[in-house]
Amino acid sequence: MIEARSLTKRYGAKTAVADLSFTVRPGIVTGFLGPNGAGKSTTMRMILGLDRPSSGSVTVNGKAYAEHTAPLHEVGALLEAKAIHTGRTAYNHLLALAATTGIPRSRVDEVIDVVGLREVARKRAGGFSLGMGQRLGIASALLGDPDTLILDEPVNGLDPEGILWIRNLLKDLASEGRTVFVSSHLMSEMALTAEHLIVIGQGRLIADTSVAEFISRASSGSVKVRSPHAARLRELLAGPDVTVSSAEEGTLTVAGLTSDRIGTIAAENQITLFELAPKEASLEEAFMELTNDAVEYRAPASGTGTAKPVAAPATGSNTGSETDSNPDVEVTA
Amino acid sequence: MTALTGTGAESGIPTAAATRRPHTGKVTQTRVLTSEWIKFRSLRSSYWSLLVGCGAMIALGLLFSLVITKKWDTMPQVRRREFDAITVPLRGYFLAQLAVGVLGVMVVTGEYSTGMIRASLSAVPRRLPVLWAKAAVFAAAVWITTTVTAFACFFIGQTFFGSKHIQADLSTPGALRIVFGTGLYLTVVGLLGVGLGTIIRSTAGAIAALFATLLVLPVLGEVLNFTSFGDKVNPYLPSNAGQALLVVHTEASGQMRPWPGFALFVGYAVATFVVAAYLMKKRDA
Repeated sequence: MIEARSLTKRYGAKTAVADLSFTVRPGIVTGFLGPNGAGKSTTMRMILGLDRPSSGSVTVNGKAYAEHTAPLHEVGALLEAKAIHTGRTAYNHLLALAATTGIPRSRVDEVIDVVGLREVARKRAGGFSLGMGQRLGIASALLGDPDTLILDEPVNGLDPEGILWIRNLLKDLASEGRTVFVSSHLMSEMALTAEHLIVIGQGRLIADTSVAEFISRASSGSVKVRSPHAARLRELLAGPDVTVSSAEEGTLTVAGLTSDRIGTIAAENQITLFELAPKEASLEEAFMELTNDAVEYRAPASGTGTAKPVAAPATGSNTGSETDSNPDVEVTA
Repeated sequence: MTALTGTGAESGIPTAAATRRPHTGKVTQTRVLTSEWIKFRSLRSSYWSLLVGCGAMIALGLLFSLVITKKWDTMPQVRRREFDAITVPLRGYFLAQLAVGVLGVMVVTGEYSTGMIRASLSAVPRRLPVLWAKAAVFAAAVWITTTVTAFACFFIGQTFFGSKHIQADLSTPGALRIVFGTGLYLTVVGLLGVGLGTIIRSTAGAIAALFATLLVLPVLGEVLNFTSFGDKVNPYLPSNAGQALLVVHTEASGQMRPWPGFALFVGYAVATFVVAAYLMKKRDA
């Protein structure tokens, strides 16, 4: 359980996180979604007591993180890939962290196997790929077998197999009753992994809702109908709260009626339907709609189209690990 | 990478979390010490720096002792009177302090430059135990290696000098103090590096600050010797005070007395650590 209360972080005149309140519950994967620069990493660092909030507070399992006597058993965190001394081997890195709370060597070996780093465990971390760095970070998060996991962009740099692996890992951890809090700027990834979403933009809370609700809220509720008798169907569907438009011959877009109702009306009148499809906004569209105003770094050329949460290269504030900010990157099972 | 990914992807992960453990492992200073020792011994830079530092001490000690022994018979009286059998074999400490100082800085800044510090501080959120443990592990490693090396240098030198009957031994006044003092001085130099590394957090910046303090300040101080301030300032500069421990007759060189001088040097290091601890506790990691 993570509880943030009016969490605020200012760096000089710039406010990175503004009056953020949310609760992350155990037993489900909670996605922490927002464009690059929205304040996700800052929030996670504040949860772990690495950055001090300008005001407000955040607790993990009822206590400020720093007050836990055995922090690694309380919270496991992956804050950034390769938060590792490049000259140290993966094994020694984990061993050193484990030693702080007396976690035995056997557990170090165990987590190395869990993340699949056995073959390179004795190699220096400086030569690791981003994906291997992520796996090592996840291994260190799992070391203390914690009740709460906080992972910042864990799929970054992983190959398709690795992404599938982490998706299942997160779901398994949540199903064991743990609190799993995962940040991402990849909506498609969150749609597949998370049950609940906390969405922020420019450091402010935009939504705190289930994934299903988040999508349905942004959906227009219209239905696409394709029929050889479109003109006749259009007359039959007409009603006081119903609007029907037709973008092309034989295709109707109907708002104000459910697809069930439209299908029934068509059947009663023996009208052939080729297609009957409720239009559901994708998580991406929903996200775009909600964060339209909250995107900090806008690509300079995107003036006419929809704003994309893409860091403009010129801003220079893009971190290396977030360079592939294309929200369309999707790897399905 | 492909070789690695197979391990868990298809198996649905028995996360080893199935065997949940009771949450017992508290963070203690002893455990953090163990952790820092693992960190120290698992980096090649630790070995290299100590090897270079101690190697330089021995090499320079050998060189000085050898040359002086060879030239002793033809050496003018003035030079012979300047000769000191205790300090000549230990001259290499001046070079060793560079290696030890750099290692002290890197023990801390290596974590900041790689991001490791966030892992360290989230494991030990009270933070200061990390600083104390780093300092203790580093100090122990440096003190043991440099003290052993200092004794080695001393005895190597005396072996050479013995052939000319100009040798000293550990019972010679000041000898034991200076041989032990060499290890102590180098340890405190390294600790100054640890403190400055914590304060400045950048390797280059902290190394510059350390050697500006140890090597540049005394040179600047020489300017003061042309004024009446020289005697009031120079003996109290960090390295001048600390090196008083490594001189046989401090009265002649206008330095502080050996142990008071070294105590002042330690005082500078303590002051640095007070600032370092305050900043480490207060700043965002």
